[in-house]
Amino acid sequence: MNDEHPGELRGDDQATPDPIGGASLRLAAETGEGSQELAPADETSLVELAIEQGGVLRLPESDALDPDAADATFGAGETMILNIGPQHPSTHGVLRMMVELQGETVLRSKPVVGYLHTGMEKTGEELTYVQGATNVTRMDYLSPLHNELVYSLAVEKLLAVEIPPRATWIRMLMCELNRISSHIMWAATNGMDLASTTMMIFGLRERDLVLQFFEKVTGLRMNHNYIRPGGVAADLPDGWEDDVAVVVDTIGARLKDYDELLTGQPIFRERTEGVGVVSAELLLALSATGPILRAAGVPWDLRRSMPYLAYEEVDFDVIVGTSGDCFDRYAVRLNEVRESIRIVRQILEKMPSGDYRSEDKKVTPPARARINESMEALIHHFKLFTRGIEPPEGEVYVAVESPRGELGCYLVSDGSNRPMRMHIRAPSFANLQAVPAMLRDGLIADLIAILSSVDPVLGDVDR
Amino acid sequence: MAPSGSLAGQVPELGGVPSADSSGDEVFFPTRASYVSLATALRRVGFITCSDLCAVDYLTHADRPLPAGVQPARFEVVVNLLSHAEARRVRLRVMVPEDDPVCPTLFSVYPGTENMEREAYDLMGIRFTGHPDPSRILMPEDWEGHPLRRDYGVGRVPVQFKEAPGPR
Repeated sequence: MNDEHPGELRGDDQATPDPIGGASLRLAAETGEGSQELAPADETSLVELAIEQGGVLRLPESDALDPDAADATFGAGETMILNIGPQHPSTHGVLRMMVELQGETVLRSKPVVGYLHTGMEKTGEELTYVQGATNVTRMDYLSPLHNELVYSLAVEKLLAVEIPPRATWIRMLMCELNRISSHIMWAATNGMDLASTTMMIFGLRERDLVLQFFEKVTGLRMNHNYIRPGGVAADLPDGWEDDVAVVVDTIGARLKDYDELLTGQPIFRERTEGVGVVSAELLLALSATGPILRAAGVPWDLRRSMPYLAYEEVDFDVIVGTSGDCFDRYAVRLNEVRESIRIVRQILEKMPSGDYRSEDKKVTPPARARINESMEALIHHFKLFTRGIEPPEGEVYVAVESPRGELGCYLVSDGSNRPMRMHIRAPSFANLQAVPAMLRDGLIADLIAILSSVDPVLGDVDR
Repeated sequence: MAPSGSLAGQVPELGGVPSADSSGDEVFFPTRASYVSLATALRRVGFITCSDLCAVDYLTHADRPLPAGVQPARFEVVVNLLSHAEARRVRLRVMVPEDDPVCPTLFSVYPGTENMEREAYDLMGIRFTGHPDPSRILMPEDWEGHPLRRDYGVGRVPVQFKEAPGPR
């Protein structure tokens, strides 16, 4: 590894003013706690074995894990450990799965992550609050607007700044369109994983409609940096109502094609019904959120339960499944697209007029035209982009419902123009913990279907 | 979100634990010794999900505002608990000193903290005693140091035709 990361790139060599003597030495000594891979069963501690077997079923009644209850009876030699990934077309990025098989049955499994880790939380500490949105938008690349939203909401909570209603509604419009594109992209890859390449083409085609609208509004198809602390970067372009109406009308009509192609199709149902079943109690204990939790019957959607933006003012249903299998996860997402379309139609009717960002000159830059005529505006502009926002000391946690579940941002400010700590609670990172429980005792052939149904985005997992 | 009632009434373990209101969020500051039993008690009254666990390094900001009775330490383990029934969040901030960066694991109460504690160990170097799989999760196994610590520089890639800037 030292060859790949030459010494001059490594931070600890450069930390010349070492505020605490000998810290670097101790850091080195604390390294190397254990292997990340799935070890053979006889080399694994019983507690760890119990987790990997899905034995985490610590329901409210039973507080402690009983290692004796772990089924570790299968002997060495009868099983094999198979490595899948990190380069595998069906693992949705660079996810590596290690599974222990007995014949075709999965006994234990472990997701090994980190192949896409780019230290974005560390980068977030180096960027000013104004620059921060460009960083977080690159985390979950299928729902960039939600990342920007949660970061902006956290900064605004630190600043205690109010944003105008139109900015709130524009944010809501963009986020719901993003949810549509993310879920449809999921349906496309899920179809591809289950050998329905038609679904992949359908999904990519519909997602492109949304991305084209995003390009018109934000200038980019991904990594928008559109939702910023204080509001949004620009107002919606002229004629946006017609564009949005075309997008939702087209997608709404084409959802029928999906039903025809997949929902009632016997092969698809055979491959998803009763596969990867997991109980709501286990998912709650494992911190899982989003469609996989709702598919197990828990009506928990932050848009409804702990409303943010203006979700209290629109009508929509929280879609809930019953059995918590792959098919329910599919059905929940497909119907959430319909609900998002419903929300978008209401936004089209109710969009208020007014400013698209806060008028607070310490938070948002002045209008471009004002810079030419007002010295004060020029100073504000200059100060904002050189010095930036300086929120008061404090720490906040804000969460929104991203297409994958609870997306949280924990932001610590020390009063300077950069966050002292910027932590993103990534929904995919938590949801991945439920995968071993879903795979347990299933067939290896179902592994891809189950993995796909969880919808992990590795940019979100590894950050 | 307005708290619907006092938690201290429902959870006797909260008696004497310093608390604060941070921009409307309820925050408690248990000690390392009482932290797991407090979380167990909170779980009993409905906080059944640990939505987030992360570590913060206050090396450069040691004089942060803290309620009376809390001795500041370099590290903090920050846990966000969620009660679905009440739609309510509670935050626990546990002081972890620099010379002994060890904290008991929450795994036995909330198994969902497994990945999060591994991440906190990996990036901030806080060991969680009793964690079943205390390995690195995001960095390579043989990586040295814990990158999210404030005294761990970001490093720079040398660029041709540009003088390397000094340390920030």
